[in-house]
Amino acid sequence: MNTSSSQFSQGSNSTAKQIKQDNPLTPEREMVRALRRPWYERAGRGAQVVWHESTKNKKVAIGLIIVLFFILVAAFGPLFVHTDPNLLSMDAQAAPSAAHPLGTTALGQDIFKQLVVGTRSSIFWGFLTGIAVTIISILVGLVGGYFGGAVDEFLSLLTNVFLVLPALPLAIVLASYFPRGPQTVAAVIIVTSWSWGARVLRAQTLSMRSREFVSSAKSNGETIWRIIFFEIFPNEISIVAANFVSTTLYVILASASLEFLGLGDPNGISWGAMFYWAQKDNALISGLWWWFVPPGICIAVLGAGLSLINFGIDEIADPRLRQEKIPKLVREKKVIA
Amino acid sequence: MSTINQAYDPTGSNRMEEPVLVANHLRKEFPINDFKLFAPRKVVHAVEDATFELYPGQATALVGESGSGKTTVARMLARLYDPTSGEISFRGEPIKLQSHRAAVLRQYRRHVQLIFQDPFASLNPIHDVRYHLSRPLRLFGHAHTEDEVTEQVLALLRRVSLSPAEQFIQKFPHQLSGGQRQRIAIARALAVHPEVLLADEPVSMLDVSIRLDILNLLLRLKKEEQLALLFITHDIASARYFAENTLVMYAGQMVEGGPSEAVIQTPKHPYTQLLLAAAPDPDRIKAQGHGLSEEVHARGEIPSLINPPEGCRFHPRCPHAMPVCKQHFPARTELGNGHWTNCFLYTDQTIQQQTTAPAAQS
Repeated sequence: MNTSSSQFSQGSNSTAKQIKQDNPLTPEREMVRALRRPWYERAGRGAQVVWHESTKNKKVAIGLIIVLFFILVAAFGPLFVHTDPNLLSMDAQAAPSAAHPLGTTALGQDIFKQLVVGTRSSIFWGFLTGIAVTIISILVGLVGGYFGGAVDEFLSLLTNVFLVLPALPLAIVLASYFPRGPQTVAAVIIVTSWSWGARVLRAQTLSMRSREFVSSAKSNGETIWRIIFFEIFPNEISIVAANFVSTTLYVILASASLEFLGLGDPNGISWGAMFYWAQKDNALISGLWWWFVPPGICIAVLGAGLSLINFGIDEIADPRLRQEKIPKLVREKKVIA
Repeated sequence: MSTINQAYDPTGSNRMEEPVLVANHLRKEFPINDFKLFAPRKVVHAVEDATFELYPGQATALVGESGSGKTTVARMLARLYDPTSGEISFRGEPIKLQSHRAAVLRQYRRHVQLIFQDPFASLNPIHDVRYHLSRPLRLFGHAHTEDEVTEQVLALLRRVSLSPAEQFIQKFPHQLSGGQRQRIAIARALAVHPEVLLADEPVSMLDVSIRLDILNLLLRLKKEEQLALLFITHDIASARYFAENTLVMYAGQMVEGGPSEAVIQTPKHPYTQLLLAAAPDPDRIKAQGHGLSEEVHARGEIPSLINPPEGCRFHPRCPHAMPVCKQHFPARTELGNGHWTNCFLYTDQTIQQQTTAPAAQS
């Protein structure tokens, strides 16, 4: 005890150097070295925990497989498509066959190629917009909730205004004013959909702010931004993750809707654009079900995958929602009253 | 209890030294947010006129029941709350209480640190011990490289008797017991190298069996580091064991103070007598030669601090209440040897009466 305390009061700045120069491998030095945990080790440990939790929970596992499948298709699928998916051909309105696995459009475009290439645009813009929406809601929610007072009043007012605005109609109006393209659709969706997450995070931060570990960090000399983003934010990570997943789902649906209404880039290829052309060329009346069903299934399956992840996050964060596995023998026992 | 009395060391008090931290007429009112048109704004009068000094190497106990404003005093001194009025000075220099600039606050917190009451709430559940202890080390420039941090965190853990330190460094708060957590909280305050330590009921949330360990740890640190310690407690018996000086608070007012021996052996203010009557102490009972039957009896409860009683706030419960108690708060009466009280029973004209009827009440 004595040695350690005297060493401490000397200021271990000097002791550290002394050890470094005199004897590079004292037992103490070795211990310090052994306890070193560089960032990649901590990140690896974090990834391990996430992996363990997400594979243990069936819902998350299935959801992740679905979402990863779509991400892989988005990333690598277009590399295998060698011809332009918008290329017209004489083989119009063909039903699914070996040559065209999902048939062709009224103009003879290969639907399978369109679907694969369209996945990239839908997934990329969907996730990008989801991330942007989440970041804005984190910033607004945490800053408003932590600072309180006039800052909170202003940010709350802003959040409430955006909450009561009808998001989709507003998005339609906005999108029709700006040049067409996925960027416009993304920007419009960001503007109209950040408020839900901000609201939830503000409420959570309000309760976190008065927790004692926040005051103790404050009295310990911690800076305000560090308190917000290193003390409070990590405690809200499950809410943020769930919020991100559901936002991404909403964003993918909303951008498909906007594109279906013809507010996206009509020459671009995405699931929404496929709907738009299918509707425009009367696919339903002509009986071209292979035109609009595949993108519909893609959206539905991806949505289901994201929802499964979301349910799983809820279960991981809240043990009361977890389904405990009950052995058959135990399950069959009857209650005798 | 007997060990507690034996361990008390009265030679520790040395009034010659300069105080490190001085609180001068601190007052705190919390506004109540319930807006009523034309009604006067209501406030909670949490602390009224707190004045005291903290000396290096000495502990000062602040005693009072729940809701008496002890924690508010500590939080004002830690600059978590702003006093409504009054001033704090550190080493003779008044602190700019109006300034909330990060640099000013940090400069102050470099010297004054607070230990919280509840070790289960005061550590962030998502950070490990190393993170908790490394932040103050880095913030106050005591360690710069990763290895220096590890070394000093290990030294801190050894100083608060958590061994093997190498294992504790990796642990998360949920893996620790209450006593271990409180030791981490103490280490975290010590990491700053403070001169003043404010301990806000550091043992009240802990199991009885480890309270003494934590108290002894704080005593040892006080001696080793010459820390000025403010020890907040509702247990007047531990105040006597622990602290050289004792201050008694009731409903936001300081009612009695002085060297612990004097305050506890010859309590003057009726509230202090009431507090002592509530704490079992074999020595005191023996010394008086009779049992608890003639002690002051507790009646009533701590008053509402929104509409506190006029004058001395203790008068509705006081067995010796006089008409004057309802009108004015008594001034401080010095009783010699640093012992003082705010009670009309001991102001000049009444002191003679007391001496003619020799201390019958106390």
